[in-house]
Amino acid sequence: MSADILRATAAELSSELAAGNVSSVEVVTAHLDQITRIDEDVHAFLSLDAGRALDRARHIDAARAAGEALGPLAGVPLALKDVFAYRGLPTTCGSRTLENWVPPYDATVTRRLADAGLIILGKTNMDEFAMGSSTENSAFGPTHNPWDLDRIPGGSGGGSAAAVASFMAPLAMGTDTGGSIRQPAAVTGTVGVKPTYGGVSRFGLVALASSLDQGGPCARTVLDAALLHEAVAGHDPRDSTSIPAPVPPVVAAARSGDVSGMRIGVVSELGGEGYQDGVEVRFNEALVLLQKAGAELVEVSCPHFAYALAAYYLILPAECSSNLARFDAMRYGLRIGDDGTHSAEEVMSASRGAGFGEEVKRRIIIGTYALSSGYYDAYYGSAQKVRTLIRQDFERAFAEADVLVSPTTPTTAFRIGERIDDPMAMYKNDLCTIPSNLAGNASGSFPCGLAPEDGLPVGLQVMAPAMADDRVYRVGAALERELSAIWGGTVIDQLADSTAGDYLGVSREGVL
Amino acid sequence: MDELMDFAEVLERFDPVLGLEVHVELNTASKMFCGCATAFGAAPNTQTCPVCLGLPGTLPVLNGKAVESAIRIGLALNCEIASWCRFARKNYFYPDMTKDFQTSQYDEPIAYEGHVSVETGGVVYEVPIERAHMEEDAGKLVHVGGATGRIEGAEYSLLDYNRAGVPLIEIVTKPVFGTGDRAPEVAREYVADLRDMVRALGVSDVRMEQGSLRCDANVSLMPKGSDTLGTRTETKNLNSLRSIERALRYEIRRQGAVLAAGGRVTQETRHWNEAGGYTTSGRSKEQAEDYRYFPEPDLVPVAPSREWVAELRATLPEPPAERRRRLTTEWGFTEAEMRDVQGAGALDLVLATVVAGAPPAAARKWWVAELARRANETGTDLDGLPITPAQVAAVQALVDAGTVNDKLARQVIDGVLAGEGDPAAVVAARGLAVVSDDGALGVAVDAAIEANPDVADKIRAGKVQAAGALIGAVMRTMGGKADAAKVRELILTRLS
Repeated sequence: MSADILRATAAELSSELAAGNVSSVEVVTAHLDQITRIDEDVHAFLSLDAGRALDRARHIDAARAAGEALGPLAGVPLALKDVFAYRGLPTTCGSRTLENWVPPYDATVTRRLADAGLIILGKTNMDEFAMGSSTENSAFGPTHNPWDLDRIPGGSGGGSAAAVASFMAPLAMGTDTGGSIRQPAAVTGTVGVKPTYGGVSRFGLVALASSLDQGGPCARTVLDAALLHEAVAGHDPRDSTSIPAPVPPVVAAARSGDVSGMRIGVVSELGGEGYQDGVEVRFNEALVLLQKAGAELVEVSCPHFAYALAAYYLILPAECSSNLARFDAMRYGLRIGDDGTHSAEEVMSASRGAGFGEEVKRRIIIGTYALSSGYYDAYYGSAQKVRTLIRQDFERAFAEADVLVSPTTPTTAFRIGERIDDPMAMYKNDLCTIPSNLAGNASGSFPCGLAPEDGLPVGLQVMAPAMADDRVYRVGAALERELSAIWGGTVIDQLADSTAGDYLGVSREGVL
Repeated sequence: MDELMDFAEVLERFDPVLGLEVHVELNTASKMFCGCATAFGAAPNTQTCPVCLGLPGTLPVLNGKAVESAIRIGLALNCEIASWCRFARKNYFYPDMTKDFQTSQYDEPIAYEGHVSVETGGVVYEVPIERAHMEEDAGKLVHVGGATGRIEGAEYSLLDYNRAGVPLIEIVTKPVFGTGDRAPEVAREYVADLRDMVRALGVSDVRMEQGSLRCDANVSLMPKGSDTLGTRTETKNLNSLRSIERALRYEIRRQGAVLAAGGRVTQETRHWNEAGGYTTSGRSKEQAEDYRYFPEPDLVPVAPSREWVAELRATLPEPPAERRRRLTTEWGFTEAEMRDVQGAGALDLVLATVVAGAPPAAARKWWVAELARRANETGTDLDGLPITPAQVAAVQALVDAGTVNDKLARQVIDGVLAGEGDPAAVVAARGLAVVSDDGALGVAVDAAIEANPDVADKIRAGKVQAAGALIGAVMRTMGGKADAAKVRELILTRLS
């Protein structure tokens, strides 16, 4: 029973719960047990909230028994990236600075999850303040890729992706500033969507780069991601940049998966040199499948994407240098040197020096420099111009195609430690994902198979215009359907049922 | 102690150039970017929330009422109103800034390019306005254990974030040239006018002593005949109109002495010491701080429609200069009298007193003569005195009714200022009413006549003006509480 619960999708759990075939307490217990069994190896979670999760599960079961109207995901458990404020649990952002900080308020996302009846199991690991592509920058140790525990699960949301990929949670919330939902999804064989900027409230999401950050769903199937997307999205008056418009019909799109007549634009700049062979092989096979499903393939050019990485690594550090200024030890967080002999300024300096990791310091320094008087125009100013050019590239491309596609990442998951001393190599992980953050459009990553040379998951990225998030799901669902028809299951099922996935304890006898 | 040059001597050699930055704290019910209350004087840190405390993850939401107030102030300053503008982050580390950046406006202010006319000594000076922009206030640091209440020498500091996020409008002038020896008065009048205007708009309490109107006064000296600006200083801690004038006069004299001695003025912040009447050096600004301004990504641009701006323009009160002209005529004042009223910062107070029923001349007399003197003695502005226009009107009503005479009325005012209650209550409690009943006065008059037979003879002989001596004697007997007109009448009746 337990393996069945763990293998079930959120949509399946939803109908089983509604039919009374399983209780939320059973579902939550099964997942907490799975965490206890394997998280020592995976290290997806930074904190667990077992007591409150079970309380809420009991509450949902009682409400259901009393005949109350419940949302589709009521009683389904979820893992929350440790960047969302959630009363009663620390929100560390993977940083020593916030190791013991417990927020006195809930993020809008957290509140909406609770309103939808979703049950938060705990908070997941991440690169410190979401800066990184491997989760190795967490102050609390790296998360391991469930496909190969020696490899990185992507970042910054490696904890959320790994939790979903290792069946510790059917759903997770992530945040994506330059690829932190999509890149982990790609390298763990899961689904991850960055909604349109302004689609999901940022209130209560500890900011990395305000103009780029966006919360979004992590799941094992396209429909599950859409269900979670729908639960958390929508206008929030507490976030001035939140879009006051209805949520795009993502669930309907995920159910339909109809791409007939859809024009799919392949971005010529996102491929070729620097891309792993196996990634390109699986990506091209996926294109053929989408074509078979009725889509029309067109090639589009986005010439300014070449400058996206450079612009991103000016805009992000600039905003981050300002956003992270508040961690000054005066009101909360790590405080060093408060012994009555040091000035406030010295305490601030010592605390920040001790509380932040190398990557965080690197970006704060870059950002401080980029905003400095005399350098602003050359760096921050120019980067904003590039951003406009990238937006225009998207506009032109979307005139020719309904969605754009590319590999999500140039390579499959690399080994832990392999790129940690080479920031540029690390930054290049996000080459394909960054343009959508700069332009603010919707974008998702979907599994498209395993690279022949290393047997590791490959992701296909779908990019859609702002507020056309449903198109992302439509293409993702089509791809999932075509691939499942060939393999008899999703990409993640291949892990669950393989010997490499034995330790997960969720294998189904007789399946592949 | 600083060397000072004689003011007149400085003015023979230099032209002062002014630059005034005024912060107006808006009286919106809630803060600039969150729903917290803004009331002055609440217990520390009781008007805070995750947003104004800058807790991780929180976001600002702009207060629409603050934007409206900013636009109305901008219009009253004859400014252009931006059709599109943004907030910016001013980055610096300081414990009173919860986010370690101030959300402000930088190169895109809501209002810009205005001007106001300021009159002093019968001359009208044009003060050019550079900009009026929106920003949030910082929290308040309370330094404990030092002698001065400043950070130097303090044992520790306490933080009160009630003020953090309160909406401010900063109004910045362009350099003001050509004010000559009137520079300190022009500065004072400018701020007084601004205060009256903002009060008339109803968007702020504009109480300098509570900090809801704050002025930083910049001044530099330009050698006569030169067109090169000198190095300026910025004087802070100016808590009254009077201190603006005094501090500028001091700075002009100090800078004059520095320059005359061949020295150079240091570009710095100066701190005004009200009790001692001098400025002291604060932070040096020689190394300009780099605030790393950039557009605030957590807020969307402010784009007031032209229709809205036109609607707000229609709500503007009468401009101060026009209002002064109108009231001068209505009240029958001379221009000099009106200048005195304006100079004392008493225009609104006189108006309120007239509205409360006092004759304009009486209202002017009380505020400009009696009360201005007392404000001067206590070092506050007139409107900081604990007496209301309605109470002043009530005092005058007692005079008009003959209940008290002018001398007693001053004692009534003493009582009101001492917190003894309304004028009627003070009269009752202190027993200040004049005696006008014929019986008691008659006895005193008879006694006075008897004691001064030679004076009585003169009056009998027709020297009516000699009655003054007898009236004085009666007053002494009655402890000043006699109705002088009545006494005179009784004396003349008896001796005719």
